[in-house]
Amino acid sequence: MKVGVLSVQGAFAEMEAYWRSQGANVFEIRQRSDLERGLDLLALPGGESTVQGKLLKDLGLFASLKERIDGGLPVFAVCAGLILLAEKIEDDPTVWFGSLPVAVRRNAYGRQLGSFRTVGDFDGTPGVPMTFIRAPAITAVSPEAKVLSVFNGQPTAVRWRNVTAFTWHPELNAGGLRPI
Amino acid sequence: MNDRQELNRNLAQMLKGGVIMDVTTPEQAKIAEDAGACAVMALERIPADIRAAGGVSRMSDPAMIKGIQAAVSIPVMAKCRIGHIAEARILEAIEIDYIDESEVLSPADDVRHIDKTKFSVPFVCGARDLGEALRRIGEGATMIRTKGEPGTGDVVQAVRHMRKMQSEIRRVASLREDELYEAAKELAAPLDLVRFVHDNGKLPVVNFAAGGVATPADAALMMELGAEGVFVGSGIFKSGDPAKRAAAIVQAVTNWQDSKLLAKLSENLGPAMVGINADEIETIMEERGK
Repeated sequence: MKVGVLSVQGAFAEMEAYWRSQGANVFEIRQRSDLERGLDLLALPGGESTVQGKLLKDLGLFASLKERIDGGLPVFAVCAGLILLAEKIEDDPTVWFGSLPVAVRRNAYGRQLGSFRTVGDFDGTPGVPMTFIRAPAITAVSPEAKVLSVFNGQPTAVRWRNVTAFTWHPELNAGGLRPI
Repeated sequence: MNDRQELNRNLAQMLKGGVIMDVTTPEQAKIAEDAGACAVMALERIPADIRAAGGVSRMSDPAMIKGIQAAVSIPVMAKCRIGHIAEARILEAIEIDYIDESEVLSPADDVRHIDKTKFSVPFVCGARDLGEALRRIGEGATMIRTKGEPGTGDVVQAVRHMRKMQSEIRRVASLREDELYEAAKELAAPLDLVRFVHDNGKLPVVNFAAGGVATPADAALMMELGAEGVFVGSGIFKSGDPAKRAAAIVQAVTNWQDSKLLAKLSENLGPAMVGINADEIETIMEERGK
């Protein structure tokens, strides 16, 4: 499987390592010409969504990626990647791809002192380590989406059609997690 | 290493491939965020002005830092003096996202750094070589940056520090296991961290470039030499067109290998900060805190 990792900013090296450990053939997407290589899955890493979103537009990647996402390309998105996909960002008029029927709140657990790690169920698998770094929360989700993990009553990972998205970082503690 | 330190290392991982910009007002912070900064460093005076003003330079007014925290959604960092435990406690109390225990300010302790393992908030520290970097990590720093020579607009020291650190990392990685004890002694660094570098060929934390970066080409140069991201201090808001220059430096860090794009990014940026040659200055900040 060929996995394209969006590599404009953030923890893309960790995302690449994660997909290599799953046996994937991994390449970086930094500009439009990189998309010509063709991909079976798009991975959107952690980082700052404001930076990644701006660079997607400045580098001319935005429209081509949105077309592929909306056309059914499998997507694996964490943290900032989830924010890029969300249909709505609370208290913020910005919408990036808007391809995933969820609403998110950025920095929902506060600043870095609010970052934390916990262990929970992921899609029926117990004991999965979950790392939240200045993480967003999913405040609303379409009933058509499947909730894969929950923290304090709020969904923290969802799957909807071709998209799997996390508020936490499976790529940082990948032990035991089979994502797709 | 405790869980808090691991989480703090993780935040630095999220900043990689990005540009952290010095800002002195909420307006500048907004300009930096809109230009694509992955974090901002809130401080009353940028290094070039600290250098020009002289005198003792201290932690910024918490009210000023809070104003910047309120203005942007990206992480906000702030500087405390080397060894100034109380300034660090104050910054932790206002929930800063990262403390820079920085040689840009006047040192409060000319021998010791802060024991950063006693804090929940993360710290980034400057280093000129591998030994300094590992000593800071041993004290609990969860991110490293080169010192460079701040406020000069002269990239030569940042280049020297990054090259030295990377070549020392390569040397340690090439050693036999039984040579690591002597290497730890030479580097004056904790053995377990020397062993990590030997086994992994890299620092155990994220390593940014800082000090004297003023142009997209400077930023691309530092990425070429192994930086995982770039701090830009005086270089942006001391230049003719800060928003345009900031956005160009952000793109240069992402696509540092694409020289055609770098050429385009370098066009019509207006005047860069004037700068002073690093060997013509009187206050050598990089000598502070070893």
